Amino acid sequence: MTKPAAISINDLHKTFGDNEVLRGVSLNAQQGDVVSILGSSGSGKSTMLRCINMLEIPSAGSISIYGETLELRHNRHGELEPVDHKQIARIRASLSMVFQSFNLWSHMTIIENIIEAPVHVLKKTKAEAIEQARELMQKVGISDKANAYPGELSGGQQQRVAIARALAMEPQAMLFDEPTSALDPELVNEVLQVMRQLAEEGRTMIVVTHEMGFAREVSDQVIFLHEGQIEEQGAPQQVFNQPKSERFKQFLSSGL
Amino acid sequence: MFEILSYGDLGFGDELLAGTLLTLQLALASLLVGIVLGLITAAAKLSRYRFYRVIAQLYTEVVRGIPEMLVVLVVFFGASALLQTVAGWFDYTDYIEVNAFVAGVFALGLVFGAFSSEVFRGAFLAVPRGQLEAATACGMTPWQVFSRIRLPQMWRFAIPGLGNLWMVLIKDTSLISIIALDELLRWSKVAAETTKQPFTFYIAAALIYLVLTMLSDWGRHYFENRANRGVVSG
Repeated sequence: MTKPAAISINDLHKTFGDNEVLRGVSLNAQQGDVVSILGSSGSGKSTMLRCINMLEIPSAGSISIYGETLELRHNRHGELEPVDHKQIARIRASLSMVFQSFNLWSHMTIIENIIEAPVHVLKKTKAEAIEQARELMQKVGISDKANAYPGELSGGQQQRVAIARALAMEPQAMLFDEPTSALDPELVNEVLQVMRQLAEEGRTMIVVTHEMGFAREVSDQVIFLHEGQIEEQGAPQQVFNQPKSERFKQFLSSGL
Repeated sequence: MFEILSYGDLGFGDELLAGTLLTLQLALASLLVGIVLGLITAAAKLSRYRFYRVIAQLYTEVVRGIPEMLVVLVVFFGASALLQTVAGWFDYTDYIEVNAFVAGVFALGLVFGAFSSEVFRGAFLAVPRGQLEAATACGMTPWQVFSRIRLPQMWRFAIPGLGNLWMVLIKDTSLISIIALDELLRWSKVAAETTKQPFTFYIAAALIYLVLTMLSDWGRHYFENRANRGVVSG
């Protein structure tokens, strides 16, 4: 018997007003897979990621996390809405997200940022959460910043804190939404290094990115989105060396 | 001149001090009521239910559109008439006087609530969306997102505006003298009429109000710095 996919998306659609951002995308990620989602801006890649943890509610399609299907129903306007908010909260807690603009809570110190959700969502004791936070801060290399505020850190440091905050939730899978796009070029590597380390540990990761090197070297699966549809999908060697789609060839030659 | 301002039977110093204390009590109590009303009204304005938004908007429009002094009079006499009517149902016909302090606090609180609801609404909206999303993405409930992330950060955007409204509130307490509450302005008036030296007493009162508002500005600085902890400017 095959075990259920870690993350399984089937024929996902998302419409904002008249704008159909996703036109039926599907994805299967096994436990331990790193999936990179590529695409130019406006291709729907961030929206696809945000649908996985219901920051955007899809217009049609289905999403399953470790075999558990997110329950959606049609409301009286004909839009989908979650059936059970507790289910959504539980699934969100198991899928940590790292954002392009870090989104650290600016009124809390670094260590407070990291222990906030473990204490208030996972109901850990404060002592337990602090101990775990110290380990995580060491892991991402920001041990000396425990009592600093986010505003006092560089972008790269902030993003590493955000990764530590995400890890503190002991997630089953991690979602990265362009984690290096807001960083100065010289700070990109320190974040990518932490992400490579996570991939080596066998974590399940879905990464929306512009970092071709990372996508090529670290991922198990690469997806190229164009205008809300999957243009190219497969193992990195295959898609980078023998791309089938003309658009993906253009995309590869244009930027980098 | 100093004799009539002195402390004790001969002068009005002790009366002015008592009036100042009452003014402060009135202002602080109204601030508390006003902040609670303002927060609730702001939350209602941001609600996704139209009903709450309409009620909140109506309250703000009406109270902001009426002179403060009229609000005070309407509350004072309105409350008294209302109580009288209700008491009448229970065959109680003696004259009921509404406590002027309570009526004053309620009236000024209503005014402060209407104005501050706009300050709070803007402040709630100024909290970066991404930080709320990050909290939601961790599995926090909407109430946790509000109380742990949005509310604590809202103050740093609200305090400058609230500081302004507080100064207006301190000065508006003088309106309560019309319902015979012995606050600073009323004592000044009594003293001025008794001694026939209006200029001395009104200048004294003006100076006291000025000291109060200057001290307030200093307090606002303190709270502003506290609320801005961790936020690097620039």
